[in-house]
Amino acid sequence: MAVVKILYFASLREAVGCDQETLDVPDEAGTVGALRALLCARGGDWSALEGGRAVRAAVNQVLARPETVIAAGDEVAFFPPVTGG
Amino acid sequence: MEEAFRVSVSEADFDVGAELDALAAGRSDIGAVASFVGRVRGGEGLIAMSLEHYPAMTEKALAGIVSQARVRWPLMGVRVIHRVGRLLPGAQIVMVAVASGHRGAAFEACEFIMDFLKTRAPFWKKEELPGGARWVDARESDDAAAARWDTDQP
Repeated sequence: MAVVKILYFASLREAVGCDQETLDVPDEAGTVGALRALLCARGGDWSALEGGRAVRAAVNQVLARPETVIAAGDEVAFFPPVTGG
Repeated sequence: MEEAFRVSVSEADFDVGAELDALAAGRSDIGAVASFVGRVRGGEGLIAMSLEHYPAMTEKALAGIVSQARVRWPLMGVRVIHRVGRLLPGAQIVMVAVASGHRGAAFEACEFIMDFLKTRAPFWKKEELPGGARWVDARESDDAAAARWDTDQP
């Protein structure tokens, strides 16, 4: 088990109705992709995290991939593709 | 990141002329300064554009992009400024300025930084239109622009 802070931004934040939470992540959800699936399984508005949707992630403020490993104390962020500039 | 290489994110507007002067001030080794300024494009009844970002990550991401540019080109200074908050049509959003010995490196690094900023820095635009607000969709052409640097080594 690993307690992590999860942040949501932009349209994804609005879709799930939450900007941040602290979650005790079970060992089997120890990667970005597995955590995303775990959150999506909450159903309802959380389907915004479904596999087919364009969702990006960062771990400790660095862009991450689905296989990126999550450890206790990490800050994980989920957000739509960026549109700055 | 040392003095000549700076990134910042703020709600405040910026003075391009003053920034370009500051980049080359007191130096005689800089032969070229290339810059890009992005502005809020009006049209389709656009009332305003709001920019959200991920504060803890933004400057770190921008500094990382500048570091990658420095590996590829011999740069003498870089200034990146990105605004956040609510901006009206015509307002300045972003500035990238690059100083180098010669124009080739300055032009290329300026474009590289913008291409990477567009696809890797955590900013999101929301348009305020007469019928309501909507998030701007990411464009595949931006991904393609960033991807070409993977093979197109300077």
